[in-house]
Amino acid sequence: MQKLTIDDLKKIKEQYAATFNLRQGGYKAKVTVHMGTCGIAAGARAVMNSIVEELASNDVKDVIVTASGCAGFCSKEPMATVELLGAAPVKYCYLNAEKMKRIFREHIQQGNIVEEYALVMGSETSY
Amino acid sequence: MKDLSLHILDIAENSINAGAKKIVLRIVEDPVKDLYSISVEDDGPGIGVDILHRVEDPFFTTNRKKKFGLGIPLLKQAALDCGGHFNITSNPGAGTTLFASFKLSHIDLKPLGDIGSTMLALICGHPEIRYVLFYEKGDFYYGFDTDELKEALGEAPVNLPEVLMSIRNSINESTGGRAAAMWKANE
Ligand SMILES: Nc1ncnc2c1ncn2[C@@H]1O[C@H](COP(=O)(O)OP(=O)(O)O)[C@@H](O)[C@H]1O
Ligand SMILES: [Mg+2]
Repeated sequence: MQKLTIDDLKKIKEQYAATFNLRQGGYKAKVTVHMGTCGIAAGARAVMNSIVEELASNDVKDVIVTASGCAGFCSKEPMATVELLGAAPVKYCYLNAEKMKRIFREHIQQGNIVEEYALVMGSETSY
Repeated sequence: MKDLSLHILDIAENSINAGAKKIVLRIVEDPVKDLYSISVEDDGPGIGVDILHRVEDPFFTTNRKKKFGLGIPLLKQAALDCGGHFNITSNPGAGTTLFASFKLSHIDLKPLGDIGSTMLALICGHPEIRYVLFYEKGDFYYGFDTDELKEALGEAPVNLPEVLMSIRNSINESTGGRAAAMWKANE
């Protein structure tokens, strides 16, 4: 573990400036982790940390991670929604850090939905 | 909730959902007074008196997607179970402060846990918000402020994965990271 030193910040700033053009293309994927009480109690924090770890260690710059409130699927938490540019959003349920890593590799990087973890469409609605 | 840093994340999410722009988190461990306390203060819209006495009720929520709101009742219960106190101070238009204290020596006191992961989740989820963290343990004092960090980062956004990882590690290291990391393995 390292501390956030002035040197780290400098490095991050320089790297960011150097790769700015790469980022201009916008995001190719968005991951939304549900951060309601049930999600947090079931492990949503570890799921979010896991995807951020993957992005950092694989130097992925075109995936954005964000949080949303409770969507009313309390018993299926932790959940996350993965949206690839131009594709319909996919909701994943009963997640943990390991499952999130697999979703990162197979869905986000390779474009294959991990059906095993996906919420069956049409069986639930958030409205 | 397994640890206090998860309660803190959950309570801060309330502030975010209410529309806060700034959230101040305080964690104080005072061995002299045998007291552990956490508080979450926001600059959101506040809670009106008509609702304030009901937010501690598990069957009260203003979220239309569900019928109960357990976040506040869970933290209140955790505090009372440990011989502590719980209160919410709020005024419409003047923000909300939630305070929970615990007897430090109480056997049921949950560990703080991975506060670095909580900060990562908050900042990653809502990078536009200003988060301030104060951590006090006896004479030891640590402070973290996303506004200071953003100034140092310049153009680079605070939610870059490598920045988030540094924040998490830096906070955990400064507040007793080893124990926190070990706790995280059980999450
Ligand atoms: N910081 C806050 N500012 C304004 N309103 C709040 C705040 N925290 C909680 N509330 C209100 O209290 C209710 C209950 O909160 P909580 O027990 O966490 O359940 P939930 O967030 O699931 O609804 C919320 O629905 C909201 O109306
Ligand atoms: Mg809540």
